[in-house]
Amino acid sequence: MRKVEESENMSKNKKLTGSLGDKTFCLLTLFMAMSVLVLMVWIGWQMVDSARPSIAKFGFSFVTGRVWDPVKEQFGALPFIYGTLVTSFLALIIAAPVGLGVAIFLNEMATSKVRSVIAFLVEMLAAIPSVVYGLWGIFILVPWLRETVEPGLAKWLGFIPLFQGTPLGFGMLAGGLILAVMILPTIAAISREVLAAVPNEQREAALALGATKWEMIRIAVLPYAKSGVLGGVMLGLGRALGETMAVTMVIGNRPDILSSLFAPAYSIAAVIANEFTEATYDLYLSALVEIGLILFGITLILNVFARVLVWSVARGPRGGLS
Amino acid sequence: MGQSLSVHNLEAWYGSNKILKGINMEIRPNQVTAIIGPSGCGKSTFVRCLNRMHETLPKTKVQGEISLDGVSIYDLDPVTLRKKVGMVFQKANPFPSMSIYDNVVAGLRLNGMNNKQELKASAEKSLRMAALWDEVKDRLNYSGVSLSGGQQQRLCIARALAVEPSVLLMDEPASALDPIATTHIEELMGSLKEIYTIIIVTHNMQQAARIADSTAFFLSGELVEHGPTSEIFTNPHDKRTEDYITGRFG
Amino acid sequence: MNDRLRKYLNWIMMSVFFGATLLALIPLFGVLGYVIKNGLSALSSEFFINLPKGMGAPGGGMANSIVGTLIMVLIASLIGIPVGILAGIYLTEYDRNSWFSMSVRFATDVLTGIPSIIVGIVIYSSVVLKMGHFSALAGGLALSIIIIPLVIRSTEEMLKLVSHSIREAGYALGISKRKIILKIVLPTAARGIITGAILAVARVSGETAPLLFTALGNQYWSRSLNEPIAALPVQIYQYATSPYKELQQQAWAGALVLITLVVLLNLVARLAFRTRSN
Repeated sequence: MRKVEESENMSKNKKLTGSLGDKTFCLLTLFMAMSVLVLMVWIGWQMVDSARPSIAKFGFSFVTGRVWDPVKEQFGALPFIYGTLVTSFLALIIAAPVGLGVAIFLNEMATSKVRSVIAFLVEMLAAIPSVVYGLWGIFILVPWLRETVEPGLAKWLGFIPLFQGTPLGFGMLAGGLILAVMILPTIAAISREVLAAVPNEQREAALALGATKWEMIRIAVLPYAKSGVLGGVMLGLGRALGETMAVTMVIGNRPDILSSLFAPAYSIAAVIANEFTEATYDLYLSALVEIGLILFGITLILNVFARVLVWSVARGPRGGLS
Repeated sequence: MGQSLSVHNLEAWYGSNKILKGINMEIRPNQVTAIIGPSGCGKSTFVRCLNRMHETLPKTKVQGEISLDGVSIYDLDPVTLRKKVGMVFQKANPFPSMSIYDNVVAGLRLNGMNNKQELKASAEKSLRMAALWDEVKDRLNYSGVSLSGGQQQRLCIARALAVEPSVLLMDEPASALDPIATTHIEELMGSLKEIYTIIIVTHNMQQAARIADSTAFFLSGELVEHGPTSEIFTNPHDKRTEDYITGRFG
Repeated sequence: MNDRLRKYLNWIMMSVFFGATLLALIPLFGVLGYVIKNGLSALSSEFFINLPKGMGAPGGGMANSIVGTLIMVLIASLIGIPVGILAGIYLTEYDRNSWFSMSVRFATDVLTGIPSIIVGIVIYSSVVLKMGHFSALAGGLALSIIIIPLVIRSTEEMLKLVSHSIREAGYALGISKRKIILKIVLPTAARGIITGAILAVARVSGETAPLLFTALGNQYWSRSLNEPIAALPVQIYQYATSPYKELQQQAWAGALVLITLVVLLNLVARLAFRTRSN
């Protein structure tokens, strides 16, 4: 009587069967997969290691410090955190509803020809490099803001502190607007995936009750897709937080914390981009890396939450995005 | 020439479910043996144990003895075994990236055969045996998936035969096909059994009655009865067999 | 709410969604429009052949940036695409469901979401500092880190689309696993995988931030991969933020060239995927 071993298909010896060629190939692919893991750990470690001097010197006051003065060796990250958060949230407030609207239009309203054309165009929005947005920002968006939009806002809404101060064009409003354009495709694409994952039976049930299209969307589709759309919005936020070039070209690059959207400000990615190669001494460099580490940490946590939310609606790990 | 298969106390699990509960069976060479039974009785699993395909799924376990002409199949490396015991699946699965010709010789080529003459000869021989040669001889370089469902299935049969196995396992090969295509496949089996040992899983009792020399009835993971087809269908020994045949359940 | 009101509300909401779509497309045409208009007027043969001229003197070009971008994208692709495809193969064909593969997928997710400037920092602290200078190699490495997770993702997705029955047919014929993957599964998924790779390359050609402190930029031709090297996006950035009108105009021209490259790659990738109706 001959007994056969358990064929737990996932055990190591199950994979390493076959000829030398088979084993080699399997190990090769395994090695590549492992290197991805190693890469992530290595990046994290590098960042922490380079930021260590600054962490040691400033501790928590780094995050609350308002003064960024390389000459006096004083480094506080708050202005950059402020600028990053304000521009990103401004971008979200604009891009989330618009992105969701685009997704609803494409998935629930458009005919298939219209859908493929417009979906392609929205993808093209995502394909435009950040630096080109920045270029357009400097020479087209900023003057328009400075001469038309901001004076207009100041005139009609000037009682709100957000819209006070000299219209310069460069500033948090410009940064927020450009980011909105850049993260809109991300939010639209994920929202579309999430909306598509809503089973048709839900829609049909609503329609069969005599609901109008909007009512069907409101009753049957959106509630089901809620958490997934939220996930998409979070991923959009993650992208906005990390955007470098377009923001640094229009935000004004002044480490101030002011309440007006017209005011120039500075984002984390922007200060790193501008000052990294100018950092003449180790603590300076280390402080810049520490800001980067903060950014890395925030985007990491955000991304993980976001993916979990998207998975929960769309059943399973989502594929790559634009 | 076809070989015989001998199964002793075969048990098989999928996860914690025990699918096969101790099968004992002798399969004679150069015969068509039909495996019948209601859904979920384990007939597909059984057949997949015969060429060790069951193991390729995760969380599976197999215990027991299976020998091919006296040699335990667990003494053979699975890749070698599967060249001797071929399989045709329920839904035709020609390789989409290959032409008809490439599909037929895929098993040979990927195992190292390079000689163009030999490959061509083998392709023609297999396609003739599968009764497909006349229909495709002028378009061998067309994509394998450009054929109709029935033709695709005969292509898969040709592909399996090209490797020159001695046993051919067929898991409900005609269930996805229309009646005419099904007739073609059934006619094939008559000629193929001269050369191969054929084991066919089918949920269609009339089909078993038409083509099989011997029939085995499975129920809930057990082999209830196995004998000459005529006996099973006209004079079964076990009441459960009789109930199934007469349609009291199934 | 009575029926007429509901109908009006429906009409209003549908218009809102349609309006949102129009709103979203305005910046697309705005940006592309200006890039084409301003870029075309600044394009000339000198642009493609000459090196930059200092101080905004007329007649300069971006030849070295274009070549530099091509070189670094090539380096990044040569490293990133094979690593990505092989890792994707491992995750789909050898190990779909263990803790290990889930951690690898998590790492891929993390890498996809890393702000690209962080990649620049990391390569700076390791490669540039160790080598003692900026280089095309460092730039290429930074870009490859961005390519890898994108390729893994798309490869995994495409491989999963291959029906499992095809693999079973391969097993049943007594073909070894490695050959099943390389000669049957991969060719079946090839178009999709190539599309994914091209899209990753398109994405990476436009990246500026990771190059700022790895490749740095160069006003002249680089003589080896071990020197700082110019790149199109970096040059556009430097010119756009410079005070010279002539250079600003060249920035538009550079943007036009960059966008053309990126859009072309995107079109090729998507059209190539669509011609196969399988």
